Amino acid sequence: MTRLLASRLAQIAVTLAILSFCAFALIALMPGDPIEVAIAGDPRLTGEDAQRMRALHGLDRPFHERYLAWAGGLIRGEFGYSRLFAQPVASLLGPALLSTLALAGTALLIALALGVALGALAASRPRAAPAVDGIAVMGQAMPTFWLGILLIILFAVTLGWLPAGGAADAGTGLAYLVLPVATLAIAHLAAYARHSAASLEATLTEPWIRTARARGASERVVLLRHAFPNAALPVLQIAALDAGALAGGALVTETVFARPGMGKLLYDAVMGNDTNLALVALLLVALVTMLATLGADLAQRLLDPRLREK
Amino acid sequence: MTRPRRAAGQAAARIGALPLALVATLLSAPAAAQPRDTLTIGITQYPSTFHPNIENMAAKSYVLGFARRPLTAYGADWRLTCLACETLPSLENGLAERETTPDGKAGIRVTFRLRQGTSWGDGTPVTSEDLRFAWEAGREAATGFGPAEFYRSAYELIVVDPRTVTLRFDRVTFEYASMGDFQPLPAHIERARWQADPRAYRTRTAYDTETTNPALWNGPYRITAVQPGASITLERNAAWNGAAPHFRRIVIRTVENTPALEAQLLAGQVDMVAGELGLPIEQAIALERRTGNRFRFLYQPGLIYEHMDLRHDHVALADRRVRQALLMATDRAQITERLFGGRQPVAHTSVNPLDPMHDPQVRQWPFDLARARALLDEAGWTPGPDGIRRNAAGERLSLEFMTTAGNRAREQVQQVLQGMWRQAGIEARIRNEPPRVFFAETLSRRRFQGLALFAWISAPESVPRSSLHSDEIPREERNWSGQNYGGFRNAEMDVLTHSIPEELDRERRREMWRRLQAIYAEELPAIPLWFRADAHVWPTWLDGVRPTGHLNASPLWAEEWRAR
Repeated sequence: MTRLLASRLAQIAVTLAILSFCAFALIALMPGDPIEVAIAGDPRLTGEDAQRMRALHGLDRPFHERYLAWAGGLIRGEFGYSRLFAQPVASLLGPALLSTLALAGTALLIALALGVALGALAASRPRAAPAVDGIAVMGQAMPTFWLGILLIILFAVTLGWLPAGGAADAGTGLAYLVLPVATLAIAHLAAYARHSAASLEATLTEPWIRTARARGASERVVLLRHAFPNAALPVLQIAALDAGALAGGALVTETVFARPGMGKLLYDAVMGNDTNLALVALLLVALVTMLATLGADLAQRLLDPRLREK
Repeated sequence: MTRPRRAAGQAAARIGALPLALVATLLSAPAAAQPRDTLTIGITQYPSTFHPNIENMAAKSYVLGFARRPLTAYGADWRLTCLACETLPSLENGLAERETTPDGKAGIRVTFRLRQGTSWGDGTPVTSEDLRFAWEAGREAATGFGPAEFYRSAYELIVVDPRTVTLRFDRVTFEYASMGDFQPLPAHIERARWQADPRAYRTRTAYDTETTNPALWNGPYRITAVQPGASITLERNAAWNGAAPHFRRIVIRTVENTPALEAQLLAGQVDMVAGELGLPIEQAIALERRTGNRFRFLYQPGLIYEHMDLRHDHVALADRRVRQALLMATDRAQITERLFGGRQPVAHTSVNPLDPMHDPQVRQWPFDLARARALLDEAGWTPGPDGIRRNAAGERLSLEFMTTAGNRAREQVQQVLQGMWRQAGIEARIRNEPPRVFFAETLSRRRFQGLALFAWISAPESVPRSSLHSDEIPREERNWSGQNYGGFRNAEMDVLTHSIPEELDRERRREMWRRLQAIYAEELPAIPLWFRADAHVWPTWLDGVRPTGHLNASPLWAEEWRAR
């Protein structure tokens, strides 16, 4: 296990190094440097101003010099300064990541719990399967922005029970979370319901399940103790990938509910050519995705003795 | 020019406006009213910095309008006025004097006296030292202030007494009294940070590291809380000695998605939507239709000039008659009526009708399809078998037509124009690009081939030298500077755009402006469309907000805002 862990961590480090170079190159190759964009927005800026500002931001230096300077700083723990938000990158990432974790983490947990419960219901009660399928299809088919706006109209505009959006003011945090969490959770629970239903249905036909039943185990014990740990393996993998994707922020949900978070921050940084912020945020998202996948692999080994033996 | 930034997922979000429209009609009563000593404003952009001189963006101008007072600004009547100064300098009152610079050039010295009793939020008086610091920091290239032209021209600042300074300029223009972005900066807070390392000043300024420090603000309000990307809270500035503002607290929330902003307005989470950075006009018109008299709506035409730049070296567009025919084949009145509820005035040149230098007698080109066809015939473009015109060489009158992808209003206009021009035998091939590519690459490097639909933003009596003078055609050897993207050349226009700024006599200047507009309307360096209007949405209990329509936003007079 220790060797596996060490080798996977080494893989993660190499992947991050390669990714940092590719991301840096891609952002540098994007058309329109930030100074040209600034000139487009302010007719008073002259060619002379553009030259001065390029030098000030180090944009007049060759690509490899800029990359090495940035990577050197990163190794020393200096994340740099966001050109777009006039703040140190670290001070921007912290609150954004916390906000995203609160939103996406809660949504993921709720989606996972409800999705798996619905999947179990569909697998164990075939008559409930069409209803679960219906819910899953609706959740998957409804675009997040549409669902978000519908929830705002119902619960904020018409009923006035919940805020329509924004970030939490002191002491009112939970109220601000309800609608965006519900939007994200509904969108994600469909996949969990369908996968866990399919996986459980397949597991429940295995010979060792018949054996358990023949030994007189109750349906509840068969489902929870024997079938569920085996059926959970594919669902765990999906949840790990979702966790990585959600760490990158739920851009649409964050935009519709006007919540600052990683998705919005990353989008603004890439579109605004804010190299420092975009790169560190991208690497952070990649790191979370890889760590979540590693976590899922380890959990699978705990659940499945065959994997441990390999 | 238009800001290339736009909220993410706009296209998708607009579809989201549909259910909002359907259900908003069911609303019968507004949500619980907020206490009237607090005003919550919704805007669609968050400032990237709070420093008054670093970066130029509308959200920052709007927010800082509550919290600081520049020396001068243009008012709602589009006249220059003193805010932090006592008297506007003029040659007549002796506060401005023509002189010769040490280099022997024509120059001017201008004297400003700060208002009595003006203080920073910590009680420290605003003094000449604050102006001296702002001038020194602006003169230093490493500081990273935005446009440096002002600081290059203002070659000397003389402190006369603690409230009076004299600035010496090496160029005489009629705008000598307009100080634009030049304004006092709190030297007692900022000078040490700047002196330590001017290059790092933009990352160390207290405006971004200690935004809630009261010593940074000299307006009726000061910033007391900041939630990055989400909201800014302002409270009354105890050190303000002007008229007392009514609202105890002003909260500015950023909601980039406009259907979500509308939902927050309907839910009572925001009281008003600022026109300067608010709902697109078509969304505001639809909201007004649905909500009746629940809110007050004001559509303020402004300085954003929607137009089409065109390549003057294009085989067809090089001919003035083709440009005129293109304009006559464009039914602008119908477009503004149908798409924008008639709220956006049709433009005849780049000079706004609200501008004191506008000439109402300038030649106009109303929609006239028959005349457009006749002009095209005269120019040698005759109808081909597919209805599209051809010249003697057999080339089709087919124009590439570009704009910013994702801007729904412009994309709609493009499609309408495509249909209208086809009636005249002109083919338009639409090819749109994301704003950052369109502005930063295609326009600025003159890579568009036919027509480019976008907007210019200017200031009152702003001479359009950068877009009309032949020296301002972007070229590689000039590092692609200049904004005459179409490549328009006219000797008389060159003379006018150079000499108008130097003419101090208002009436002589007016005559020159009249000539400039006449050339514009005849030669059509660009095809004028309309002036964009800002849609202001206010609660019925709010009074005193005076939208300006230009870059000096309404919060600069926030002390006049009142709740009924």
